[in-house]
Amino acid sequence: MTDSPADHRRAERVLLVEQPGPLALLQDLGRPGQAHLGVSPSGAADRSAHRLANRLVGNREDAVTIEVTLGGLVLRAAATTFVAVTGAPTQLRLSGRPTSSHCTVALRPGDRLAVEAPARGLRSYLAVRGGIVAPATLGSCSRDVLVGLGPEPLRAGDLLAVGRPAGPLPDTDLAPTSPPATTLRLLPGPRRDWFDHQAWSKLLGTPWTVASELDRVAVRLQGERLERREQSELPSEGLIRGAVQVPASGQPLIFLTDHPVTGGYPVIAVVTERSCDLAAQLRPGDAVRFRG
Amino acid sequence: MTRRLLDYGESAVLLECADLAEALSLAAPARALPAVAEVVPGARTLLLRLSAPLAPADRERLLVLPGSPPEDGSDEVRRIPVVYDGDDLSEVAERTGLSTEEVVAAHTGQTWTVGFCGFAPGFGYLFGEHDRLRVPRRSTPRTRVPAGAVGLADSWSGVYPRPGPGGWQLIGRTDVALWDLDRQPPALFQPGARVQFLVAGP
Repeated sequence: MTDSPADHRRAERVLLVEQPGPLALLQDLGRPGQAHLGVSPSGAADRSAHRLANRLVGNREDAVTIEVTLGGLVLRAAATTFVAVTGAPTQLRLSGRPTSSHCTVALRPGDRLAVEAPARGLRSYLAVRGGIVAPATLGSCSRDVLVGLGPEPLRAGDLLAVGRPAGPLPDTDLAPTSPPATTLRLLPGPRRDWFDHQAWSKLLGTPWTVASELDRVAVRLQGERLERREQSELPSEGLIRGAVQVPASGQPLIFLTDHPVTGGYPVIAVVTERSCDLAAQLRPGDAVRFRG
Repeated sequence: MTRRLLDYGESAVLLECADLAEALSLAAPARALPAVAEVVPGARTLLLRLSAPLAPADRERLLVLPGSPPEDGSDEVRRIPVVYDGDDLSEVAERTGLSTEEVVAAHTGQTWTVGFCGFAPGFGYLFGEHDRLRVPRRSTPRTRVPAGAVGLADSWSGVYPRPGPGGWQLIGRTDVALWDLDRQPPALFQPGARVQFLVAGP
């Protein structure tokens, strides 16, 4: 991540956004450590995919990538560069020729790269060798959709600047893909004792369906109602990525990276760090199960 | 109520305290523990994000740790001039059994303390010295509350840092910027900061 105005001027404008698709956002590893001021960590929703994309083009893992939701992104190269797309496995088209995600792709001036909608999974990450250069807000170039911090979503006509490579290209130019998993691992949360004894076994033992309202804030689930034992109002307390909160509806939600910093509903469980990345790839209608 | 330490996933714990004042007094001592990377106050808790697992001795220590006065980097009281002409001022007066003048006097006549932040960047939940202004949230939240609106909800007071939806009872407005990205830190209200509201006009 390079963020000073001088770096911004020095960077080459290498990529033109021809079409952003449904939602294309700049992301890095976010702005941790400021939750006490009301600022969420934000950053790439699928951290491991973001890191992998950067490694494939020889970047630092915290370099800025494009988080592409459901494909649709079309870029045109103005200079020779290398890119890699990870996350939801998808097909790429390089000036019309099919190529695949999860490998390093060389672009020549004039090449057009299209990221198609993935068959499964939700978010793909496009890294450019040298890293995308954008102005930082509170130490990060991530777009936080909950509070509107960071760069606006990409629009057709945007020119993306790219910095200098941090290291050599890796020896391997191909990373393994794994299909998005729908079993998430969780641990007990701070308010598990606010729920009746059946709630935990319902959470672990019954299937859940991803609801249609889905964003970088949370994955909302539908299934059996989780009943509370403790009916009093919970004074607001800190939230983290992966917190499984149960609002008044009894239908749990999993907080993703743009979560609110505090909340007033009990957190019954917490999805592990690795499973948070899997949760970020869930799409409406997917069936999900939890394991302890 | 005694203090409790509640597990919160792989890399956080929640320290539940007797009340907000105790939680705030423990923020600095908790932050001094080597495994604690970040402390996020809530209404009666501290969320501790960990950079390493908490040693058993530190878990024990958190339960008995003495508090220290809340610190926000200065002893300075933030003075916030308010024009008390909010749309809910008369409703607040009705609900509290006070006149509108007495509502204003109760709001300006005590020092408030920022308990914790949430809802939006720079939005602080302020607690006062007494409960005379306790009012429920509006049954229907407004779809748009202007930046600088001063509100009440339960026993909290707060100032909206920027325009947005909101359910608090609005009693006034201020020109002071609560959130300014060109300031370091951008939030004027940080947990532990003391706030004095002043009458700026009618």
